[in-house]
Parts: sequence; structure tokens; C-alpha cells
Amino acid sequence: MSMQSVPEVLSIQHVWAGYDHETILEDITLSVYEHDFIGLIGPNGGGKTTLVKVILGLLRPQRGEVRILGQRARIGRRFIGYVPQLAEFDRAFPISVWEVACMGRLVRRGLFRRYTAADNAIVEMALRRVAMLEYRHRPIGTLSTGQRQRVYIARALATEPTLLLLDEPTASVDPEMRTSIYELLQMLNQQITIMLISHDVGAIATYVKTVGCLNRRLYYHHERQITSEMLEAVYRCPIDLIAHGVPHRVVAPHPQQKGEQ
Amino acid sequence: MIDSVIDALQFDFMRNALLAGVLVSIACGIIGTLVVINRIVFISGGIAHAAYGGVGLAYFFNFDPILGAITFSLASALGMGLVQRTTRQRSDTIIGVLWAVGMALGIILIDLTPGYKADLLSYLFGSILSVPTSDLWLMLALNLIILAAVTVLFKELLALSFDETFTTVANVPVNVIYLVLVVLIALTVVMTMRVVGLIMVIALLTIPPAISEHLVRHVQQMMIVSSIIGVVFTMTGLWLSYFLNLTSGATIILVAGCGYLLSLTIRFALRSWQSRHVPVDAVAAEDSLTSVETPVR
Repeated sequence: MSMQSVPEVLSIQHVWAGYDHETILEDITLSVYEHDFIGLIGPNGGGKTTLVKVILGLLRPQRGEVRILGQRARIGRRFIGYVPQLAEFDRAFPISVWEVACMGRLVRRGLFRRYTAADNAIVEMALRRVAMLEYRHRPIGTLSTGQRQRVYIARALATEPTLLLLDEPTASVDPEMRTSIYELLQMLNQQITIMLISHDVGAIATYVKTVGCLNRRLYYHHERQITSEMLEAVYRCPIDLIAHGVPHRVVAPHPQQKGEQ
Repeated sequence: MIDSVIDALQFDFMRNALLAGVLVSIACGIIGTLVVINRIVFISGGIAHAAYGGVGLAYFFNFDPILGAITFSLASALGMGLVQRTTRQRSDTIIGVLWAVGMALGIILIDLTPGYKADLLSYLFGSILSVPTSDLWLMLALNLIILAAVTVLFKELLALSFDETFTTVANVPVNVIYLVLVVLIALTVVMTMRVVGLIMVIALLTIPPAISEHLVRHVQQMMIVSSIIGVVFTMTGLWLSYFLNLTSGATIILVAGCGYLLSLTIRFALRSWQSRHVPVDAVAAEDSLTSVETPVR
């Protein structure tokens, strides 16, 4: 697999980041190439959300640099379709699925401009891709968690992103919906580069193309396997990981490139 | 009864009061909706009370108190808005301080002003029965400004209210939009001050949206229904205060409070009725109803 021929979408170079005097991320270097499907796993408090904030230009790195399609994060983030972690939200907020998905067009339709017919067509397509078009008139508060996650994915798709970035996409979703969301992402990956961050080791390992481990430092070799070195560095104890149900082939020592392009 | 209503309408002050009630209800319906869905009731309270500093300033330097209140509440709104945006922690403490200091400044300045201060209480408790026609034009102008700004920035205001992080990442200038919002709140507060007074502005700003939120499916509808509910409250309160000879501002607020209690009771009754009669496939919708109670405003 020669990575040199494929364009680089996201480049993180020796980034250190944290809050005030506390450093949470140390010397993170990561290159995301077109058509990648990267899953980063790591324990809670390992800096997953901090890394997302740095990539989105919401947190300035203490050292190092983030480039999205060659641009600084605060400008280049417009190429990222961001799917936030599902948080508890105000279910009484009067807003429809359609209106939420339309927010994806804010990137292209600036201040003082209305959404056009072209915007509507893109939003419609995005909702269709996540199989939520028939719910477009429903208030977002009446959806299940998994359905809401699909709408947020549609909103991210409506930005016409180069990179889809998901923060814990299946955190509070039931197992059946979890599978269907990962299958959806796998399908979307045929066209879009995807990076997701999760503590859901088993699911990540089954669906993504390459896996990295994040715990203050990032262990990523653009490979599908989680090596014992990564495991030990991140979790200290590999047995703990296996007990959580990691498919066997992922921890197998021999490389297998099935599913790579 | 009808006769006495017609009699009352013969008075200029009563006609002006009714018009003022309508104009204020429209502004409060639109801006109150944004206040409620953004959960910035506290900062709105701060802006309202700090406006009293402007009234004091106007008394002391002898200019129009409304002008003083407008300038001062705009300044305090921008100040509190900036504090809210820049300091992530303890912004509520700082807003609380500005709230109290603004008010105290007003009182001290009025103390220091010699002479008779007759209509001072009217800024605190409202004086809808003494709204001059010139103020009505000012209210109309402010309403048009609010309506225009909210219409033009609607998609950004909606996105900011619903999901600030996503809106930031979409490179929408969220800080600018937020400051526009607090400025609009300041303008609404000054308008509403004439009707119910600074102390009770919050009620008229939040109660109608809090009721309408559960009746509508879109934010635009919430604004319209809130405005209508506000008109009903101010009209009912005004007539009650006229016939019962009570303070009009406080009567309007009590009517609004009763309306809120009534809406809560109806919603509670509906929910317990539904849970007994609704089939299993509506459980998802039912879920959404039960969690309606959780957000703390």
C-alpha cells in the first residue's frame, strides 16, 4: 500500500495540547489520507476529546501544528464533517430533523444568505443516505438516540466534507443500532475519508481499516492490527482488552490486509 | 361590563397602554424565545437590573431616563456578553456582580440628585398606564429592529441555540451573533421596563416561551405563539388591574404566573392520561415527554 500517491487530508505534526498547565496530549503526529477509515481507541481521560478539539481548531495546541488540506485548523475545519458525541439535550427544543440537517449548509451559505434549492437538494440527499429522509418532519426530540446520531451524520454529510470526524459515535446507542451505524459508516467510506474516536474497542476493530491507540501519546502505524506494544502502552494490561471482546483476528500477530484498497 | 370597557377605551392612557402591551409582547415573544432556548435567562436578568444604573445616570446628569437606560443596558449587555464568551468559568458570578453593581449605582446616583423624584418607582415596577404616544413610536421602531435582525440572522441564531460547537466549526462568527443577541435582549428589556418594570422583565421574557415551547414544533412558531400568549397575559392583566384598581405591572406578571401554572397542570394531566391510554408503539414519543421535565432553566 503506497501512501505517497494518495493525498493527505489531515496532518498533525508533533502536537502537544492541554488546558492551562496540564498537558493531555504529548507529541501527537498523525497523517490521514484520502479514503482512510481510522479508528482511534483509548481509555477515558486519554485525550480523545482533546484531540478532536485540537483538530477542529477549538483548542489551540501548546506546540505543534494541525493542517487540514494544507490550511490552518481554524480555516480548514470547514472541510470536516463533525459528528459530536451524543450528549443529553433539551428534548423540548422545537426543531425538526430537516432543520437540524440544514445546519450542515451553514458552511457554504454564509451570513445574510438564505438556503437555496441546491442546499435543499444536498440536505435531502444526506438524509436519504442515512435512511432518515422519511423522518424529516419529526421533532428531533422524539427520535431514539441511534436515529438522532444518524441525523447528526446527515448534518455532517450536508457540509460536503472531505473528512468525516466522529466523536464516540455509538456511546449511548443500543447494540443493534450500533452495528447499523458502523455499517453505514463503512458504506460512506467508499466516498469519504472517515476518522472516529471511541472507547468501543470491539466495534472499531471490526469495521475500520486502520486502528490507533491514544493515551496521552498516539500509537498509530497505519495498520489494522493493534500490536501488543500499543496495547501495553495504552491499557497497561492486554488481557483486559481481550476480555472486552476484541475479535481475535485484530490481536493476531500476523498482518492481514483484507479490505484495504 | 362591556360598557365600562368601552368607557375605559375613551381614555388615551388606556388605548396607549393596550398598544404598549401588544408591542412589548411581540418583542418579548421573539427575544424571550431565544433567551429560553439558549438558556440565558440569568444574563437577561443581569441586563435588566443593570439598566437601573442608566436611569440613575440620566437623573444625575439630567437627561431622558429612557435614553440612559438604553445606553446603559446596551453597555452592560455587551460587557456581560463578552464576559460570558471569554471566561469559561465563573461567568455567572461576574454577571451577578454586574447585576447588583449596576442597580446600586443607579440608586446612589438618584440619592445624589437633588429635587423631587416622582416617577422613580415606575422604572422598577412599570407604569403601563402612563406611556406617552412618543414612547409607542419608539417601541414600534425597536420592534422593527428586533424583527429585522432576527429574520436576517435566523439560521445562525437557530444553529447557535441548538448546537454551538457545530456552528463554530461551520465557521459561523458565533461571538458576533451572540453579541447581537444580547444587544437585542437589552433593547427588549428597555421596552419592557415601561410596562412591567425592570424587576419583572424576566417574567414577561420567559413565561410565554416556556409555555409555548411545548405547543409547537419550530422555533418560528414558538416566537409567534409566545407573542400571542404575551398579548393575552398583558391584556388580561391590564383589564384586571383597571377594574380591581391594582398595580398593572404586578397584575400582568401574576396573570402570566397563573398561566404558567395552568399550562404545567394541563401538561401533567395529559401525560398521566396518555400513559394509561397510549399503545406500546408510542413509547418513544412518551419518552420524550417524560424527559421534558429534566432541563433546569
